[in-house]
Amino acid sequence: MAEELILLNIWASPFGMRVRIALAEKGVDGYETREENLQNMSPLLLQMNPVHKKIPVLIHNGRPVCESLIIVQYIDEVWKRGSPLLPSDPYRRAHARFWADYVDKKLYSLGKLIWLTTGEAAAKEELIGCFKLLEGELGDKTYFGGDSFGFVDVSLISFYRWFNVFEHFGNFSMVVECPKLVAWAHRCAERESVSKCLPNEQEFFDFVVELRKKAMTK
Amino acid sequence: MESQEVKLLGFWVSPFVHRVEWALKLKGVPYEYIEEDIFNKSPLLLELNPVHKKVPVLVHNQKVLAESFVILEYIDENWKQCPLLPQDPYDRAKARFWAKFAEEKILSDGAWRAARAKGDNREKALGSTIEALEKIEGELKGKGKFFGGESIGYLDLALGWISYMLPVWEDVGSIKIMDPTRFPATAAWMSEFVNHPAVKDSLPPRDKMIIYFEKRLKELEI
Repeated sequence: MAEELILLNIWASPFGMRVRIALAEKGVDGYETREENLQNMSPLLLQMNPVHKKIPVLIHNGRPVCESLIIVQYIDEVWKRGSPLLPSDPYRRAHARFWADYVDKKLYSLGKLIWLTTGEAAAKEELIGCFKLLEGELGDKTYFGGDSFGFVDVSLISFYRWFNVFEHFGNFSMVVECPKLVAWAHRCAERESVSKCLPNEQEFFDFVVELRKKAMTK
Repeated sequence: MESQEVKLLGFWVSPFVHRVEWALKLKGVPYEYIEEDIFNKSPLLLELNPVHKKVPVLVHNQKVLAESFVILEYIDENWKQCPLLPQDPYDRAKARFWAKFAEEKILSDGAWRAARAKGDNREKALGSTIEALEKIEGELKGKGKFFGGESIGYLDLALGWISYMLPVWEDVGSIKIMDPTRFPATAAWMSEFVNHPAVKDSLPPRDKMIIYFEKRLKELEI
């Protein structure tokens, strides 16, 4: 039976990137990506994600899966090729889910306080603290998943292009504050699944600058 | 076979703790319950959950787990009897989706906020909570006793707090959120839930909850 796979995405979205990386890790590339515009959402997006009206949405044989980490788990459970993104041991799985959840809970909202405002010191300290905690969790491992690139790696590397946005607007240096995490990020970026999903660095930065201008003039 | 030593750090009125307890009870897993005072956190709690400093924390043979949804999935994967999540990946994704949705829109920023808020803030919070409840109502229609059908499961545990805590908040906040005529499927589900054997004898006493939330309302008025 022919499989139909459509991803509703926005090129700059870290959440969409997680889905693309996960699919790439599984060797799934025969899918259609449709670029959405949140100011002018497609009827398909509104139909497939009426609850949140957000991307990414993965539509598999006509059925939508929403919320990036839920989609990544779905991908891991459906496509068994390649190395699993979540380990098989329940405790290690729980550990991975905990840290992916931590990234979700902390990074995006803390990050917004940095780039959407005029640099509050407290927010910067908290964000750096967040990165340092993640660095501590990484330890001396190659990846958060150990020897294998896994769930937490996917969750966090999707924010890679945000690192120099945070640095720029927060006025700090990632490599000074958390060198091991930066080294980890470079390792991940060397993986084909990640490198082909990363948006162009300058394009992304310019995009955020534009977003910031618009938000701050409102 | 290794001995199963399970400890649960909790707080008597926390819905996040309750859902873990129900899961353990459903699976028939014996555990030692340790009551924490979340307003005066013990060194044990701070040591076991330094990242969030919250309950519930599950300790299983020295393995420490935090975050209630993470714990629920762990319990489900570690003890195979009475499965909580469905087998099919798409159904699992749906259950996880709705659990997250309810957590964000009805629990955290929804009903409790509406109960505490005044004036415009109240209207706004009430409106969005009801909108969210409508979606849950839609999910329950034609399902049977529970979200997954005839058996209780992950999504029921995730939303279970609605059946006994929401009425308390409505009382304390003098606010009507869950109108049974408007949400008949939800009202029926609430009744099934509180009467489920794994749930009914473990709920905190209503009068104790009323006193607690009245106090919290005064402290957290918005």
